[in-house]
Parts: sequence; C-alpha cells; structure tokens
Amino acid sequence: MFDLTGMTALVTGASGGIGSAIARGLAGHGARLALSGSNEAKLAEFAATLEGDHVTLACNLSDGAAVDALVPRAVEALGGLDILVNNAGITRDNLAMRMKDDEWSDVLRVNLEAAFRLCRAAAKPMMKARFGRMISITSVVGATGNPGQANYAASKAGLVGMSKALAAELASRNITVNCVAPGFIASAMTEVLPEGQKTALLSRIPAGKLGEGDDVAAAVVYLASRESGYVTGQTLHVNGGMAML
Amino acid sequence: MSETGDRVKKIVIEHLGVEAEKVTEDASFIDDLGADSLDIVELVMAFEEEFGVEIPDDAAEKISTVNDAIEYIDSHKG
Repeated sequence: MFDLTGMTALVTGASGGIGSAIARGLAGHGARLALSGSNEAKLAEFAATLEGDHVTLACNLSDGAAVDALVPRAVEALGGLDILVNNAGITRDNLAMRMKDDEWSDVLRVNLEAAFRLCRAAAKPMMKARFGRMISITSVVGATGNPGQANYAASKAGLVGMSKALAAELASRNITVNCVAPGFIASAMTEVLPEGQKTALLSRIPAGKLGEGDDVAAAVVYLASRESGYVTGQTLHVNGGMAML
Repeated sequence: MSETGDRVKKIVIEHLGVEAEKVTEDASFIDDLGADSLDIVELVMAFEEEFGVEIPDDAAEKISTVNDAIEYIDSHKG
C-alpha cells in the first residue's frame, strides 16, 4: 500500500512486542532499519528473524550521552535518517501516594527525555534532507489516565505535547511529527492476565478484542509514508474504540 | 569581500533564496534577509559544515549579520 523503498528508519525498543511488529512493518514496506534496544542478545535474536536490510544498535535509553550518540550512529550506519520511531517505553506502576522518586524519574527519563534527545538529534539530518518523519508511540492512558500509572501517563501525554511543538517548528522543512496511541495490545503481559480480568478488559473495548502489534505497525507505516506528508502534530489512536478522542 | 565572505554569502543566498545584492556585510539575517529562527539554525549548521568549525549555541545566538558570521568563522577556523 505504502512504499518506503529507499527510506531509512531508526526504531527504539525494536525487540519488544510492538517494536518488533513496527520493525517488520517498516521493513516489509521496503525501509532499511537501525534496530535499537537495551538487551543486545534479544535484539540480535529478533534481527536474525527479520528480512531486509538492517543493523542493530544497542543503547541504554536512560543514559543521556548514549542516547545523544544513537542518531549519529544510525545516520552513519544507514547513510541518512528519514524516519525515527520512538517506541521504547518502560513502566514502574505504583499508586501515586506510594510512588518513589526514582519510579517517577526513571519512566520520564526513558519514555520522554530520551525521545526528546532523539528527536533533537534527528532534526539535523532531516532538516538538511528537507524530509523527515518522527513518530512516537504513546498510549491511550496518556489521554485517559489510569490508576497506578501517574508516571507512565505523564510521560505519554508529554510525548504528545512535545510532538505538537516539534511539528510546529519543523513543518516548513517537510518534517512531520506525530504520535500513535495504542490501546490494549495482545502481548506477553496481557496473556498472563487472569480470565476474569481479561473479560473485564474486553468489556471496555467496543471491538471486543485486544489489538495486535500489526495494528500499531500499520499506523506507523502510514505516518512514515510520503503520502502522510500533510498530517502533522496528530495522534492516531489505535484502540478498537475504547476511547474515542 | 574576503574568501570567507564569498563562501558565507554563497551559503546565505542558497539557503534563504535571496538576491545576491541584498547580501551585504551588514545585512541582518532576520531584519534584512527575511530569515526566521529556524533558518538561522540551518545557516549555522551549513557554516559549520562548510568551514569545519564548531559554532556553540551561545556564539550562534550572537551571529545576527553576515559580517558577524564572517568574523566568527575567520577567528575560529583552523
């Protein structure tokens, strides 16, 4: 449907459930990839299953200096950077009243600050090329809130505001900045939920089923494509209708 | 203009799409040449690349005219 042939992309958190689906989606549409992740072994294992041209770049996103070096490493490996997908994210769930300082700051550092550092670095090659696609994976809870996730929801809502500001700054250079907000996506995490909780979860989703990584990947492929060039500063919600925003 | 001046002028003309005669040494990027703040960031990036100098943010902020750029580059290039 969309042709990403000749385009280059950096995907963070590429070995995770949603990240690997995004990587497969971009590669399947012809993009050359730099796959990033914190777990080198897991990353190599996933990369071995991926068809198409790609490199792996291990990076600890809680290390600011390492994050700042990631985009230059990707540019060097790929010869440019057209698409940045900020997908990596962590959770440290706790009720706000019990939340430790580092549970708050760890989540903000990885989910929001690292994404900002990567966007800041990616703006340079994208401005020069007069083309770019920055896509951040947020979450329905960034828009709706969720008990136990004050840190996570703040980081995801933060990505939305950041993306809008960047979209306004960079639109004149043909760089779009958007978010994709998944709802509940089937993963190793949702598989182990007790049956009662699963039923309760599904009752909140009009589509009556969990989403798949590929549903998120399709949205990313669209926002990465040349065809989406007039769409910027937006959040595309992929949630089976559980929140209509 | 000096050799640096000619190269700076060429970059400015290319990036801002302005007429050559408007790019005088005392022309202000923003007031006379219609640049916005993002254009300045791009110009600084282009100068860095062309001359192999690093222009830190606090120095970049002080570059507002063509001559400011030429002077900075002449005093910092290797």
